[in-house]
Amino acid sequence: MKENDVVVCRCEEITLEEIRSWIDKGYKHFDELKRILRVGMGPCQGRGCRDIILRELSRATGEPISALDPGTIRPPVKPIKAGLCAYGEEVASK
Amino acid sequence: MSDKRTADAIIVGGGVHGAAAAYYLKKAGVKDVVLFEKEYLSSGGSGRSAAGLRQHFGTEVNCRLAKYNLECFPTLEEELGGEHKLEFAQWGYLWVAYSQESMTQLEKNVKLQQSLDIPSETLSPQEMKRRWSYLNVDGMIGAAFCGKDGHINPHALTMAYGRAAEKLGAKVLTYSPVDKLLASGNKITGVVAKGEEWSAPRVLLTAGPWSTPLAATIGLDLPVTAERHNLLVTEPIEPFNCPMTLCLDDGAYFKQVPNGSFFFGRDDQDEPKTMESGNSAKFLEGVTKSVLQRIPFLKGVRIVHQWSGPYDVTPDHQAIIDWTPVEGLWTNCGWSGHGLQFGPSGGRLAKEMFFGEKTFVDIHNFRLSRFAEGDLFPEPAFI
Ligand SMILES: Cc1cc2nc3c(=O)[nH]c(=O)nc-3n(C[C@H](O)[C@H](O)[C@H](O)COP(=O)(O)OP(=O)(O)OC[C@H]3O[C@@H](n4cnc5c(N)ncnc54)[C@H](O)[C@@H]3O)c2cc1C
Ligand code: FES
Repeated sequence: MKENDVVVCRCEEITLEEIRSWIDKGYKHFDELKRILRVGMGPCQGRGCRDIILRELSRATGEPISALDPGTIRPPVKPIKAGLCAYGEEVASK
Repeated sequence: MSDKRTADAIIVGGGVHGAAAAYYLKKAGVKDVVLFEKEYLSSGGSGRSAAGLRQHFGTEVNCRLAKYNLECFPTLEEELGGEHKLEFAQWGYLWVAYSQESMTQLEKNVKLQQSLDIPSETLSPQEMKRRWSYLNVDGMIGAAFCGKDGHINPHALTMAYGRAAEKLGAKVLTYSPVDKLLASGNKITGVVAKGEEWSAPRVLLTAGPWSTPLAATIGLDLPVTAERHNLLVTEPIEPFNCPMTLCLDDGAYFKQVPNGSFFFGRDDQDEPKTMESGNSAKFLEGVTKSVLQRIPFLKGVRIVHQWSGPYDVTPDHQAIIDWTPVEGLWTNCGWSGHGLQFGPSGGRLAKEMFFGEKTFVDIHNFRLSRFAEGDLFPEPAFI
């Protein structure tokens, strides 16, 4: 498998190639890629892909990873069933 | 375009209205157009919205503009170059009523819409149950529905306009906040952005709720205020084209989006009046209760995350589209929570105003002076 075919964001099934092509088009912030490709918005909230994407952005912009904005992480951090939020009770799986 | 810091038109704010204006101005042949956005395109209200597209309004001008928007959306992705996928879907928009008062208002709105050839209708609870068997209609009196209404990806829409404008030669400067507007005498002369002066004889203010502090930098009062609103998104489930379903009585709504996820939202008058998009702690319980009452089988669906964004509210919940008393400065802001869908018409109006053309719809109701004159025209289909 070529490096470009690697699936970087498993939640949203986005490959390294797609990420690189949008960075090449000029979208050089994590927040922009997140809005265009939904990377980092899946059930894992970016645990699986954020670091790799930041590495790609760092490579493209020459900025160190520590200088890049990693975007916002929103609650609930672990997916939770709607019924539990509403009634505070566990509900059987759909 | 030259490297000089001058332009024929400067646009402040890269939400859907600023990006659309940049596109329509360039398309109409304006030479130097510069758009300033403080973060990325769609980072304000536009990208944080529920992205519902509807023709259900209760004032004629909004219905006319909304009808035009829905005429544009089906071919817009192609027109804007196709790079950004707009995810336009027409799964309909349903307004349900639990009180006679709400139902009477919905009936009035639908009558107006029908008189303007908008294909909306009123429905009984029985008819709703027949069409959408998964809805719990207990306690509902009726609803208004338009099957041509729908959804669009708000980030893609805004970025697609920005991209298309750029391809036509506009300068789209992201991560470039405008510090202040510049005026001399009673004339706009440009802006200061990141410490640099840019000059232009015309400046368009499309900064949503941020338009107010920006206008204040030259002493102009705008009655647009921020109000935080919350949304959440669930994991995707098999799409079944669930329409946007919204309740006038408690301000709660839900809809499925093309990838199968659901959005839930709910108004809360106690939310802070702020442009900061923080997280509301009590939002989850309230919104899930309201939504699950209407669509109980979603109780096992997992919520992935919540977010918030600022509404851009005016005293009558209507936009301000007008030349201001400062010569050369015009606004398209204050859409009061329903502005995303007006990108196509808002952009077209901004272009027509730039050229001094007769606007394609009469927009005198949107004038800025209405607040001083006390001639408000409240939008009843405001949520
Ligand atoms: C939770 C929620 C749900 C909504 N649901 C819907 C819906 O279903 N349908 C619908 O049509 N509308 C909806 N809206 C309303 C809609 O989002 C807004 O009315 C619309 O996006 C306004 O667009 P705009 O371009 O005028 O402003 P915005 O999108 O807010 O854009 C203003 C831009 O100006 C930028 N800016 C601010 N200050 C500066 C500065 N100093 N220099 C440069 N740039 C600056 C901001 O970063 C921002 O990007 C919703 C809003 C929210 C918050
Ligand atoms: S792997 Fe990217 S959001 Fe989960």
